[in-house]
Amino acid sequence: MKQRQVLQGNTIVAKAAIAAGCDFFAGYPITPSSEIAQFMSMEMPRLGYDFIQMEDEISSLGACIGASLAGKKAMTATSGPGFSLMQEHLGLAVMAEIPIVIVNVMRGGPSTGMPTKPSQSDIMQTRWGTHGDHPIIVVYPAFASQLFSETIRAFNLSEKFWNPVIILLDEVIAKAREDIALPRKKDLNIYWEKTKQIEDLNIYDREIGQNPPRVDFFKKYPIHIDSLEHDKHGWPTTDPKIVDKMQTLRMQKIYNYLDEIITHEEYYLDDAEIMVFSFGISARSSLAAVEMAREQGIKVGLFQALTIWPFPKLLLREKFKKIKKILVVEMNMGQTIYEIERTATDDVERQALLRANGVPFTPTEVLEAIKRFKK
Amino acid sequence: MRDYERYIRYRTFPTPWCPGCGDGIILKAIAMAFSELKIQPQDIVVVAGIGCSGRLPTFFNTNTLHTTHGRALTFATGIKLAKPDKTVVVISGDGDALAIGGNHLIHAARRNIGIKMILINNGIYGMTGGQVSPLTPQKFITETTPYGNIEPKFDTVNLLKASKASFVARETVNRPIPLKQVIKKSFQHKGFSVVEVISNCHINLGRKNNMKDPIAMSRWIADKTVTQAQFEKIPVQEQNTKYPVGIFVEDKERLEYTELYYKHIVPTTQAETIKANSTAKRQKK
Repeated sequence: MKQRQVLQGNTIVAKAAIAAGCDFFAGYPITPSSEIAQFMSMEMPRLGYDFIQMEDEISSLGACIGASLAGKKAMTATSGPGFSLMQEHLGLAVMAEIPIVIVNVMRGGPSTGMPTKPSQSDIMQTRWGTHGDHPIIVVYPAFASQLFSETIRAFNLSEKFWNPVIILLDEVIAKAREDIALPRKKDLNIYWEKTKQIEDLNIYDREIGQNPPRVDFFKKYPIHIDSLEHDKHGWPTTDPKIVDKMQTLRMQKIYNYLDEIITHEEYYLDDAEIMVFSFGISARSSLAAVEMAREQGIKVGLFQALTIWPFPKLLLREKFKKIKKILVVEMNMGQTIYEIERTATDDVERQALLRANGVPFTPTEVLEAIKRFKK
Repeated sequence: MRDYERYIRYRTFPTPWCPGCGDGIILKAIAMAFSELKIQPQDIVVVAGIGCSGRLPTFFNTNTLHTTHGRALTFATGIKLAKPDKTVVVISGDGDALAIGGNHLIHAARRNIGIKMILINNGIYGMTGGQVSPLTPQKFITETTPYGNIEPKFDTVNLLKASKASFVARETVNRPIPLKQVIKKSFQHKGFSVVEVISNCHINLGRKNNMKDPIAMSRWIADKTVTQAQFEKIPVQEQNTKYPVGIFVEDKERLEYTELYYKHIVPTTQAETIKANSTAKRQKK
């Protein structure tokens, strides 16, 4: 029997992380994500796992990367300002191909902004937040059950693709206590990559499109991990041919597996004339609005992006063959709308419902926007 | 092949350092300390940040990690907590450890986590072409202090003492045998240890200050090196120009961080959980 509980969003994520095999947590207090660290500080020692509160967010991600290289499944949790501090190390994790999970519970910004109010303004920060070209996976759950399943998926993806994965959360969802039925352990699908024993330094030696193997420290053959651009041995290089190959390797390991990575939920889209595109708390309001609109006979549906990066371009292009009106609902001054502009064909009408004042959209507000758009 | 050479990764040679650089002496001293303590290469990880010192790990035939500027200690903290029985060595420069990474240094010392740190002090940002560092002596000319450095340098030993470090020592590249001995001793220490090594950068520091060859720089270091007993007798206002050597702090009593975590916190919480569970069961019955 499934166990029903009332849990806070942050706690659901922490519980899911442990269920996914997370055995290392390093973090730094920041509203509204601190409950994740608090829960981990209670649970991790009980399980014989590691918890440490570091001196800042930079060191938190550093410690996680170190632990990941030592064979642990590591996670850290933060909010927008802390995520900004983590960006240099995020780049290192991409460059050295280290699996890591980062939770970013978004709050009002920029700067200290509104720590206790929600916003969806880190969409672009999670995509482009580090120097250099890099692939990134960002999952964005909205409902209580998705908080659990997407956290599991984040760990699986990071483990499989040897890349950092970010879980985006909204302040209201992270702080709210909701009814959830936690799945049983045997029903979970956890991806464990077995550590590959290597006989040489050639840890990055693979063909384009291939998934990298998991290589850890303290195995039979000592390895070298470098933050510099490196060759197949991990040894620093600036040889243009090798750099070309390594750049492509890192990009293609994600972009060759988009089908596996990108997930979404759709509601009432089959016969819809208007598509609402949304995520997180805005998707929850949008869903209620779509249902209200349906009662009034408006043919509208919802596309909820669960994987926000890589952007679900192909899926949306498929929808645009039939649906010619798209309404983007997001709690910021316009971020995802630009990605929609790049995705939509010329014949698709686009509108955005934007707001970043710390108050989530109500279903009625979204409904009114739908009605305005219909005219 | 001598035994310490097992710890050197010759295939990655040549090194990127200028001829006459002190980093080679430190490389050998560390390898010899590994060899004398008979630690297996696969049980060691050498972590470094950015700079000339940052390129040292690549030449060790152990697990090695080249990280970001100033943050080597944070990665090392994660590794040490994950694998407390392994030898975690951090190599850092003066800019790396005391400017951008100063915060991590004092916190690692405060935590007393069992990381062995080698802090190479050449008094300059060498890799970037010779800019002033927090350990550049006063009045010295650098690329960013063309009229002489007006900032006083950090007193590394007292900074670490105040941060509750349990092992602090200083040596110079002029004295390779004592250097190896003190590194070996720091590797045997359980808690957080720092060995500050005074090194020469005749290219980027010496050249602008009338010491353009390694010999002149070595003479300058020798002139500044004093024993702790000699140091006590120097007038206080002149002390900041000298480098006393030897071991300043060695606290064997203080518990190491991972030891505290795994031998105290983890068993206590687990015992409490078992107790709570059995009480809950009894109440059910």
